[in-house]
Amino acid sequence: MSQIFQRSTNTLSRLSIFGALIGVGLLLWITVVISRSGYVTQAGIAREQPIQFSHAHHVGGMGIDCRYCHTSVEESAFANVPPTKTCMSCHSQIWAQSPMLEPVRSSFRTGQPLEWTRVHDLPDFAYFNHSIHVKQGIGCATCHGEVNRMPLMSQYSSLTMEWCIECHRAPERFIRPRDQVFNMEWEPPADDPDFGVKLVKQYGIGTIEHLTSCSTCHR
Amino acid sequence: MKVEFWRSAEEYAASRQIEELVHREFPAFASEFTDPVGRRRFLQLMGASLALAGAGACTRQPDEKIVPYVRQPEEIIPGRPLYFATAIAEGGVAMPVLVESHMGRPTKIEGNPEHPASLGATDPQTQAAILSLYDPDRLQTITYRGDVRPWGAFLGAIQLAMTAQRSKQGAGLRILTGTITSPTLADQLETLRKELPNATWHSWEPVARLVPGDDFTYNFDRADVVLAIGSDFLGCGPGHVRYARDFASRRRAALSHGGTRLYVVESCPTITGSKADHRLPLKPSDIVQFAQAATGGAGLKTGPSTQDFLNAALSDLRAHRGRSIVIAGDTQPSEVHALVRQLNETLGNIGSTVVPIPSIEPRSIDHVASIRDLTAAMAAGQVDMLIVVGGNPVFDAPADLNFADALKKVGLSVHLSSTEDETSELCHWNVPLSHALESWSDARSYDGTVSIVQPLIAPLYGSRTAHEVLAALSSRPERTSYEIVREYWLKTRGLDEKQWRRALHDGFIAGSAETRGAQAPPRPQAPPGPEAPPRPEAPGTARGPNPEARGPIEIQFRPDPTIGDGRFANNGWLQELPKPLTKLTWDAAAYISPATAERMGVADGDIVELRANGRRIHMPVLSVPGHAADSVTVHFGYGRRRAGRVGTGVGFNAYPLRTSDAPWTTRGEIVKTGQRYSLATTQNHFLMENRNVVRVATVEQYKQEPEIIKHMGHTPPKTLTLYPQFEYTGNQWGMAIDLDACTGCSACVVACQAENNVPVVGKSQVMVNREMHWLRVDTYYRGEPDNPEVYHQPVPCMHCETAPCEPVCPVAATAHSAEGLNDMVYNRCVGTRYCSNNCPYKVRRFNFLLYQDFTTPSLQGMRNPDVTVRSRGVMEKCTYCVQRINEGRIAAKREERDIRDGEIKTACQQACPADAIVFGNLSDPKSRVVKLKAEQRNYGLLEDLNTRPRTTYLAALRNPNPALAGEQAEAPVRHED
Repeated sequence: MSQIFQRSTNTLSRLSIFGALIGVGLLLWITVVISRSGYVTQAGIAREQPIQFSHAHHVGGMGIDCRYCHTSVEESAFANVPPTKTCMSCHSQIWAQSPMLEPVRSSFRTGQPLEWTRVHDLPDFAYFNHSIHVKQGIGCATCHGEVNRMPLMSQYSSLTMEWCIECHRAPERFIRPRDQVFNMEWEPPADDPDFGVKLVKQYGIGTIEHLTSCSTCHR
Repeated sequence: MKVEFWRSAEEYAASRQIEELVHREFPAFASEFTDPVGRRRFLQLMGASLALAGAGACTRQPDEKIVPYVRQPEEIIPGRPLYFATAIAEGGVAMPVLVESHMGRPTKIEGNPEHPASLGATDPQTQAAILSLYDPDRLQTITYRGDVRPWGAFLGAIQLAMTAQRSKQGAGLRILTGTITSPTLADQLETLRKELPNATWHSWEPVARLVPGDDFTYNFDRADVVLAIGSDFLGCGPGHVRYARDFASRRRAALSHGGTRLYVVESCPTITGSKADHRLPLKPSDIVQFAQAATGGAGLKTGPSTQDFLNAALSDLRAHRGRSIVIAGDTQPSEVHALVRQLNETLGNIGSTVVPIPSIEPRSIDHVASIRDLTAAMAAGQVDMLIVVGGNPVFDAPADLNFADALKKVGLSVHLSSTEDETSELCHWNVPLSHALESWSDARSYDGTVSIVQPLIAPLYGSRTAHEVLAALSSRPERTSYEIVREYWLKTRGLDEKQWRRALHDGFIAGSAETRGAQAPPRPQAPPGPEAPPRPEAPGTARGPNPEARGPIEIQFRPDPTIGDGRFANNGWLQELPKPLTKLTWDAAAYISPATAERMGVADGDIVELRANGRRIHMPVLSVPGHAADSVTVHFGYGRRRAGRVGTGVGFNAYPLRTSDAPWTTRGEIVKTGQRYSLATTQNHFLMENRNVVRVATVEQYKQEPEIIKHMGHTPPKTLTLYPQFEYTGNQWGMAIDLDACTGCSACVVACQAENNVPVVGKSQVMVNREMHWLRVDTYYRGEPDNPEVYHQPVPCMHCETAPCEPVCPVAATAHSAEGLNDMVYNRCVGTRYCSNNCPYKVRRFNFLLYQDFTTPSLQGMRNPDVTVRSRGVMEKCTYCVQRINEGRIAAKREERDIRDGEIKTACQQACPADAIVFGNLSDPKSRVVKLKAEQRNYGLLEDLNTRPRTTYLAALRNPNPALAGEQAEAPVRHED
């Protein structure tokens, strides 16, 4: 009786078993990579806006404080986008005839608000509060990046839950003194490894259990 | 097994169905897969759905826009709500409120804590008013015979008609309003009457008081003994929210010195009756007799137990002279009111607990007579022009008047209405009426205090207020209601600018309640003494039950407890709110006593025909424990023909039986038809078997042995658990619910629904146990069904320390938080429902279908932006209003302080008129909730399961009169270890 299977079948079967495993693994890996890529999270992608507003010019160049425009950042969950009037407080005098600023002037004239595309957009089931992060010493640049170097605004971080939790599990790695929150250039002191731990204690930051309870962000 | 406490007749009889109900999470066929699909097809579909869901989840979020202001108003901080004081005057009487506004959108109504009529609490109807504002079925444009017209065209038509009227001094002009307490509107009407002396102002409110004249306010916080005669002072009528607070606070305070006592005589069980220490069900005609006997009149014919009850109540009242109240219901005939007034005078209560005040209505008239005159004039063709300001008389006017037919003879009819209803259909001009949150107006609350009604939002549609429509009749038609109201208060009433601003800020004009002092006003008529001949009743005054009429049953009419006289029929929250006691939703039923039902051989849901005065209606029967025998209570308000997508065609209409000579009680017949109808009642939903769920003792027992409540159950040691022990380093939250204070009014349920974006599911879904309310109020009965004791138990999530739901979730979508909350994470939930199956309290709710309305634009504005709107396939439950906790915690941290006790209130707590729900920090030994939980009355629900619930209950205490001992229940059952 002749053999039904040839010797090469062993190799073929091994190949297909391991191939399938590797194939599934590869698929999973690709999924993970794609779901964290800028394509899905939109990190690093500059968005089309009615006016190509440059933070690099206003913050980096002119040195305007974040709170001049984002007035509610210390009081509210939402760091507001300024009303047209805020733009016009300068631009009624400077660049008052610039064609690039026509949408601002027309908004002010007609009362029609400017419509900005939201750059940092969390899912609706996650409730982020700016005021408490600013109060507890999380700098603007920690999440938004050094906007003073961004001519066009793009999302700096992935804004995935993984990214949020990274800090909520170890706030000492990201915390800074309260008076440095709006400083884009701040660096932690290199000579004091316990700097963050001390600040966490001093500011009464909640325990890791508090920071990672589901209802801290989801409700 | 006979049980001590029972929720329904089935449970009382310990029937087999109830055992099955208890053992199933959902009723039969509600959770089974019954579609005729084979196993293979099912797997194929599931596989495909899974793959598609996976692929569908790989999309990016759609782009969102940020639209900032052009010029930002100074006081607005984007993301933080503002609160404005105003008032909502449904039915005429102001309910003072504070409204939360998110960036100009009103989202939540709370009571005004500084106003004497609210003290921060509200009722279900006020809570639900926010849904009426955003109701997509609101009337949106002015129409003339169905064609859209601009406001200018309306003004032109009115002015033209008014020119004709001026020549005959308004003889053909009639204005019909509901109950009006607005001083400005009254002033406008008065001005109009001066201009046109022959014009007539008619009033019709389906639930108007029977007895015009002076009002009384009652100081329940000073009364130790209360006798309520057909009065539901805790549940409806002007001032009931304040009365519930006062009643509960006196009851709580009096525990140390003997307790207070409430006697209630009524036909249909009400929430006031449920709080009674002694309750006597009497049919309506016997109530009149009872009142006569109480003042020494004719003897009682209803038997010795009534006499004993009366004697006990009277001696108790006499022992508390000046500290007691006798109160008659607004629907009682004038004779009863006169007798009650006489009793209060004899008892020295007038001026101390019973305070006469001038009528809060600028003109107090008999509404029945008024609508009768109007209909007669219309039918005789004397009315050229009729302005109907609010209301829906075609639907709710007395049936014998044939209002609809008479209306057709009016030359020019104008209807101001918020929705297109039965009256709009027959009127020439329809003008959309502004919601209270869109209007400038004013109104008086129960004690006469004036609130200025200010708008939270510009009218969503081109609606107008009553002031503007009345101004259209005057020589200055273009005035806005702001100008009208402001002019009245600043010019006519002499308020200065500062006082006006103060009134807007506070929500009321301080000192605007007019008082009569301690002196009783002259009586409007002499009360009939024992010897006095029966007072001849003026034609048109509402009469009590006519003793001559002979019929097998007495029929009593009442407004529906949730949708009122029908005006809230299109409000899904109120339709689905289980009515107090019966827990009926989406329907009205004829309430009869269990004994009467048995005698007639009818079961719940059997349709009967009710006949009276040659008229007949059909209605399903519901037997209600504690209802008076030989009488039937029908609630009007259902059976709307044109209400909107929610209310049209829902339920049975009782108005066709209600006539002008007998608006509240009549005699008639009840006949079985043999037809059946399905009623959706939640009474038997989410049963917890009978495991010391409600604990009750008498004040006497509790005083002698305070541990008695603890002994009714068994608390296992905390260490007897497999769960990990949590260590708490900061705050931890807890709640105490006082069953002694809770009246079962269900304001908390609607407040929770409004705060937490809880959807409405509809009648068919309620019937299969799928209502979504995060908080339910269970009703328990004890004793015989003819007159049982009633207990209410609000059941939110218990936030167990060792929560059975947590370990069974395969995806950790429900987890313990560091502050002791049992968190529910919607975005993680995959809908296995294991948690709900494992919850002994049955407080978890599952979105079986897409209940939430994501598409209707107007409803999107209503949602609370701080709470996730849940979709299909997700479990949800009470979160202890975690959005408020987070808001409070963040605010405290921003200010570098601890959270103050009472700073964070849950929505249910804030709405509660009786202050029965207290929420707070269990780690703070000085907090109110810790003090309450330290009381001996405190117990946990099903605590023998060792779930260690964070929500606990304070046992109800009854204070029976020793003279009536014996009728009270036996000694409490002790738990045997």
